[in-house]
Amino acid sequence: MRTFVDIHDVTHVYARAEDGLPAVERLNIKIQEGEFAAIVGPSGCGKSTLMKLATGLQFPKKGTVVVDGRQVGAPVKLAGMAFQNPTMLPWRTTLDNILLPLEIVEPHRSRLRRHKAEYVAKAEALLAQVGLKGQGHRFPWQLSGGMQQRASLCRALIHEPKLLMLDEPFGALDSFTREELWCVIRDLHAAQGVTVILVTHDLREAAFLADRIFCMSARPGRIVAEREVAFPRPRDLEITYTPEFSDLVHELRGHIAQARKAA
Amino acid sequence: MTVKRQLVLAPWIFTIGFFAIWEIICRGFGISSFILPAPSTIMAATWEYRNQLAYHAMHTLWMTLAGFGLAVVFGLLLGVALGASRLINAGTYPLLVGFNSIPKVAVVPILVFWFGVGWVPPVMTAFLISFFPIVVNVATGISTVEPEMEDVLRALGASKRDIILKVGLPRAMPYFFGSLKVAITLAYVGSVIGEQNASNVGIGNLLTRASAAFEVPLVWAALVVLAVLGVVMYMITAFVEQSTTGWAQRSQMANA
Repeated sequence: MRTFVDIHDVTHVYARAEDGLPAVERLNIKIQEGEFAAIVGPSGCGKSTLMKLATGLQFPKKGTVVVDGRQVGAPVKLAGMAFQNPTMLPWRTTLDNILLPLEIVEPHRSRLRRHKAEYVAKAEALLAQVGLKGQGHRFPWQLSGGMQQRASLCRALIHEPKLLMLDEPFGALDSFTREELWCVIRDLHAAQGVTVILVTHDLREAAFLADRIFCMSARPGRIVAEREVAFPRPRDLEITYTPEFSDLVHELRGHIAQARKAA
Repeated sequence: MTVKRQLVLAPWIFTIGFFAIWEIICRGFGISSFILPAPSTIMAATWEYRNQLAYHAMHTLWMTLAGFGLAVVFGLLLGVALGASRLINAGTYPLLVGFNSIPKVAVVPILVFWFGVGWVPPVMTAFLISFFPIVVNVATGISTVEPEMEDVLRALGASKRDIILKVGLPRAMPYFFGSLKVAITLAYVGSVIGEQNASNVGIGNLLTRASAAFEVPLVWAALVVLAVLGVVMYMITAFVEQSTTGWAQRSQMANA
């Protein structure tokens, strides 16, 4: 296993920040290839900044960000992203929404027209994997919130990214749908071996899905605790009702409470 | 009767009712046709002057469509530029607003200095008066792309151009077609103003001459012809809007 994402001693201040206070400060994060990492913290702790730094949408003021062995100086192009808001384009069918990244990223961009059938088959397979078999022809606004979020996961994965960034992807869903989607993500991660960075408020979500959890403090965001999660895979939803699981969530809760108090 | 049928019939009933009440008031109070002719008088005048009206209306229609076409082309181009670049947007906005605030009737004399009396002033007036809403709407549609969507694409290495072509422009289409409905009626106002002041043909010119000769029923007939043409053009743009961007009326964008 090698380090896939290495954020080393990073401090970042947005140019727009009026108080000049950094969004994140002296951040150190190492994530192994194929690992599922979760980042938890109080709101406004710079989790989204972290996502932007890791994908090359922002460059750190101080420190270095290395992804896949290369220092990030431009958008990384190997990342897939999904957000709390599914952001599907309403004028495209679900299938065409999922194919959108292929119209942007090389080498698919130049191959897409000639190998359309092959890519459509791939998208259909992904749809089936997330439980949306045969729904590709429908428009996003004909799908429920949970279904849109599943489709948005397909879109994030269609170009076989090496890094999957999830920014509170299930924040707007009801708790049953959320648990269903945890399992979807768990299976996708197992099947594709992609490195995942999940940003979330939900400690149970982090504990259930992640191999490694980072707790961040309030702004300026720093890592206050790093915790490996040893539950064996594949994990069943049942483990969330075991005492070990509760202890872990409780421990994380303690870190967050402290981080909030410190602010 | 079903609600759907009622909705289909409602415009006809309201329109016919409007003219019926107008007719009744004119007859009931014995209003002179010099002040307010009854619809029946206007209809008779329309029939009497039908050849003249048709000839001038065709001219006005042409002027309007030419000006409107120019407004669509320039409005789209300028709207894309304004939506794509915050610098261009900030820089040109005061100029655009200032220009739009000038009553276009005041510009017609300048057009006459430049191009003389003829077809150019009406076309230019129609263009100048109708391009502003198109610019503003297209720019708004493009500049309000969700930041998350932009992040998704930029992280994949999408250029500014990619984002505008794949997301910005399609997203701006409902705004664009919405603005066309405003623009087409404004273009009518523009071409008629142009014709009134700087043309020898067209409904605008006919209006000027008819009112100078106190031919009141003809003035009203010309107005009715204008209104009918306006409604038809509006319906055509609304139909195009419906058939190209129907998704916007069902999706979340329509609620937002």
